[in-house]
Amino acid sequence: MEMTQAIPKTAFEPEKNANKDAGRHARQKLMWGLFGLSSIINLAALLLICGFLVINGLPAISLSFLTEMPRDSMTAGGILPCILGTVILSLGAMAVAFPLGVASAIYLNEYAAPGRTVKIIRLGIANLAGVPSVVFGLFGLAFFVTFFGLGVSILSGVLTLAILTLPVIIGTAEEALKSVPQTYREASLGLGATKWQTIRLVVLPAAMPGMLTGAILGLSRAAGETAAIMFTAAVFFTPYLPTSIMDSVMALPYHVYVLATAGTEIDKTRPLQYGTSLVLISLVLGMNLIAILYRAKLQKRR
Amino acid sequence: MALARKTKDKLIQNFFFMMALSSIVALGLIMVYLFMEGVPIFQKVSPFNFLFGSYWYPTSDPPDFGILPLIAASVAVTVVSSAIAIPLGVMTAIYLAEIAGTRARNFFKPVVELLAALPSVVIGFFGMVVVAPFLQETFDLPTGLNLLNASIMLAFMSVPTICSVSEDAIYSVPRELKEASLALGATHWETIARVVLPASLSGISTAVILGMSRAIGETMVVLMVAGGAAMIPTSIFDPVRPMPSSIAAEMAEAPFRGDHYHALFAIGVVLFVFTLVFNIVAAYIADKHKQVGAATL
Repeated sequence: MEMTQAIPKTAFEPEKNANKDAGRHARQKLMWGLFGLSSIINLAALLLICGFLVINGLPAISLSFLTEMPRDSMTAGGILPCILGTVILSLGAMAVAFPLGVASAIYLNEYAAPGRTVKIIRLGIANLAGVPSVVFGLFGLAFFVTFFGLGVSILSGVLTLAILTLPVIIGTAEEALKSVPQTYREASLGLGATKWQTIRLVVLPAAMPGMLTGAILGLSRAAGETAAIMFTAAVFFTPYLPTSIMDSVMALPYHVYVLATAGTEIDKTRPLQYGTSLVLISLVLGMNLIAILYRAKLQKRR
Repeated sequence: MALARKTKDKLIQNFFFMMALSSIVALGLIMVYLFMEGVPIFQKVSPFNFLFGSYWYPTSDPPDFGILPLIAASVAVTVVSSAIAIPLGVMTAIYLAEIAGTRARNFFKPVVELLAALPSVVIGFFGMVVVAPFLQETFDLPTGLNLLNASIMLAFMSVPTICSVSEDAIYSVPRELKEASLALGATHWETIARVVLPASLSGISTAVILGMSRAIGETMVVLMVAGGAAMIPTSIFDPVRPMPSSIAAEMAEAPFRGDHYHALFAIGVVLFVFTLVFNIVAAYIADKHKQVGAATL
């Protein structure tokens, strides 16, 4: 629109127009700077948090810190039960959520005809993904702990975390299924295989690497979760390592919270808090990094 | 034989359908159990007084169960954090989708993803030990654990959501729209501002709503850094007690199935309804204004 007016001007006032163009390009430069800056702010935030925890947490990390029980009402000693608790809870949650999520994704991507039912299911998944973690905690308390009488236990925590991570698994599994070329399915069906044979022998093997990325992401999400386990599985302190799925456990994220806010001597246990946080983010970010690199490798191969 | 094969396939399909219903069933059960444990409080206090009562003293005698200060606190942290997170998230998305070269993109995208993966308790911890003392000294406050601190920390939790959803939206703007604009002599920035952003506005709105939903429901951060005072905030330096932090902090002490316990579940219902509305609105916008192609503009 501007151009139609600008064109005749160009012929008579080339200088003025050049100035105007310079201004437009300067404005673009300014905006580019702002956009770049906002990306750098994100990077800075990530580096600041990680760097701070590494610098303060590293001195606390030692073999005994990782392999010993807490001592002297958690003001000394290690965090073995927390590491163990977090590993058990997140692996357990994946053992439940992964098959369920993959099966849901198979239905949505392979079987379902687009329509009302699928729309409702998708809305349900989107809303489940948006439920606050503390609400999952409340639900776990009312349903698994109380109604099923499972008590504050690994099992209650695992089931609560499984529901919480379900949307992540479904999302990534569906992505993986979508990336399997349609020709694979057609070739298999053309050879006389049934739909199920096609899914089991052709589609799933091709999609499995992508689904595993999702499982790793789900694992890391479950490992970092605090509010969902604080009423369902995690306890302040237990002198025993868990021996059955009906035992309650200590967990890394809850331990950080407890030490930082409710411990007997908050300032004295700072090194423990830094150390525990460092172990937690190493675990969580490490798993995410693996998933990201693995996914990049998969995309390159394709 | 052929019939058996068909029957088997049909059975398998039904099995997968049942599995796919699990999310809906879970969502339904969450609603049912929240309501079942939350509704009994309304025998003691009317829903109106519960929602709009301005005193939250659940343990005094007689107790006061008014959650207006908690709702106000939740809304306040969400609004302030959005004021930080929306520009930051959308601008990062524009950078990633429009400006960054392949290498910069391959570097910054994982950065945003890792930011999203940081456990909330770690962000809360950082807010407690680093940001709180900093705010306290810089602004000479009685405490650095306040609305502003919680909002800053929450902003960095919702930026990844806002950024990745907006980026998808910007990415899906048809190429020919951009090319038409550039061919008319517009600069790249003018094209972004007047063509790309308007065309992806519905996707960006969805992103913003999802980001806000994440902020209002986030628990550990507000539990650790918001300060915990159940008052209606009058300044961004006031300590506050948003809904999730009240639930998380008080559940351990609330007597099982007592009034306080039921009241906390009722807060859970309110919180759940807030996020449900956010998510349904986001889904509605995304569905209604789907970007299919140039023809839809």
